[in-house]
Amino acid sequence: MSVASYTVPTVTHAASSVEDLLEKVSVRNLDFFYGDNRALKNINCSLYQGKVTAFIGPSGCGKSTLLRVLNRMYDLYPNQRATGHVRLDDEDILSPSQDLNMLRAKVGMVFQKPTPFPMTIFENIAFGIRLYERLPKSDLEGRVQQALQRAALWEEVKDKLNANGLSLSGGQQQRLCIARTVAVRPEVILFDEPCSALDPISTAKIEELIDELKDDYTIAIVTHNMQQAARVSDFTAFMYLGELLEYGETTRMFTTPNDRRTQDYITGRFG
Amino acid sequence: MVMISGASSPLYAKRRRRNVITMGLSFAATAFGLSWLVLILGVLLWNGFSGLSLAVFTEMTPPPGAAGGLLNPIMGSLVMTSIAVAIGTPLGMLAGTYMAEYGRYDKLTTVVRFINDILLSAPSIVIGLFVYEIMVARMGHFSGWAGAVSLAVIVVPVVVRTTEDMLTLVPDTLREAAASIGLPRALMITKVAYRAARAGMITGVLLAIARISGETAPLLFTALNNQFWSTDMNAPVASLPVVIFQFALSPYKDWQKLAWTGALIITLAVLALSIIARLLAAQRKSS
Repeated sequence: MSVASYTVPTVTHAASSVEDLLEKVSVRNLDFFYGDNRALKNINCSLYQGKVTAFIGPSGCGKSTLLRVLNRMYDLYPNQRATGHVRLDDEDILSPSQDLNMLRAKVGMVFQKPTPFPMTIFENIAFGIRLYERLPKSDLEGRVQQALQRAALWEEVKDKLNANGLSLSGGQQQRLCIARTVAVRPEVILFDEPCSALDPISTAKIEELIDELKDDYTIAIVTHNMQQAARVSDFTAFMYLGELLEYGETTRMFTTPNDRRTQDYITGRFG
Repeated sequence: MVMISGASSPLYAKRRRRNVITMGLSFAATAFGLSWLVLILGVLLWNGFSGLSLAVFTEMTPPPGAAGGLLNPIMGSLVMTSIAVAIGTPLGMLAGTYMAEYGRYDKLTTVVRFINDILLSAPSIVIGLFVYEIMVARMGHFSGWAGAVSLAVIVVPVVVRTTEDMLTLVPDTLREAAASIGLPRALMITKVAYRAARAGMITGVLLAIARISGETAPLLFTALNNQFWSTDMNAPVASLPVVIFQFALSPYKDWQKLAWTGALIITLAVLALSIIARLLAAQRKSS
């Protein structure tokens, strides 16, 4: 990997706090194109093991695009391409030889709109597990229960596991999707505005959940909600017009941002 | 100058008049169209209903002047329709799946869609002649197989179209969700997309069945007709539309009576299929 041109835009977090951190995902000199339109410009940032990194910025700044590079979701569509380096541990995930299904098993994703599969609650979870493991029925049931507990949904659905996943409320559906993601045992979980379609109570539940999950996973979250970024994340990246303007520890970013534009955005002067 | 309130202004009155006229014309056009439909169904019921009896479903087509039923054409229609659906549905679904899933952004898909639309509106008599050329002429005789194939050619474009449309309606977010847990494309399509589009895809097959159950022209050139009971698909096979055609044109009263009854049976069967299709569509919308 060429690191010659690598500069994190503003390295502000104290070196000491970063030293003990394990860099799970590293993004270096990443550009992204929708056709000829350059949507991401020379992005450099890191996701640390066991930490939550929030991506904030006004609409259209490239937050979701960046997230969708991390599991190569953009590969589903034509005329979208990424250049640069994105490493998960020691693998270059942008490499054409990267096995996409294996990558996505390691890098799970929760979407803005809850997207349960059109099947029962049980099947929604079991389906993903069966992709990777052949388990006896009792073990499978145990894993489904575990995943649902992990997503704080078990108590609400344990008596109706055979109901259609679409019959749940929006907040429950979103937690079902989180359970589905967790069940596959990923290493990284990407949240793409997971609460923007939810009411405040469901939002609070998801945020609590993210806080609990971060011990075991590396988490990235895109959000439009500044308070949410401040509440759930350890690191924050501020993006603007396809560039990553500032990246650092959340507490510092929200108290003493270096960039004028970051400050303006955080204080609600634009966006 | 007196202020005129909005509701009593001449402009408003004019708009109201226009509305009344437009509404009146729309009503008249609807009534005109509907009245013909009601008339057709009424005449059909009037002439066909009295002929409905157990004998219609248990006895063979009679020679003129004798008693009989429609068992052989009913069987022939059922068998040929089933074979046509068995051939046409998998082909149509796979092609539709290619267009909506694998090749959605390919040029080939645009070309195939265009050709499929032509096939969809091709006169069925042309399809009959085509199958006559490639099957009947070569085999040297009319056959049930040729009839089934010509019907299958009509089934394919209908199923292709509905499969593609229904799969396109499945939101991309669902595909992304499937991909996000590492689901390979084939499983994403068969386990997730098909499941989400199931009701619509079944509706497409039902509509295709409804479409072919009244087709006469392609069968005239392929399956021809058979006065007797025959399950040999290598021989000419009777079918309801062709028997209706033959009996209705005959000078014999009892044959004409049977033709009315046969027409009523087809209409009721298609009606039942349409109702099922509607129910499935409603279920799709509500889920």
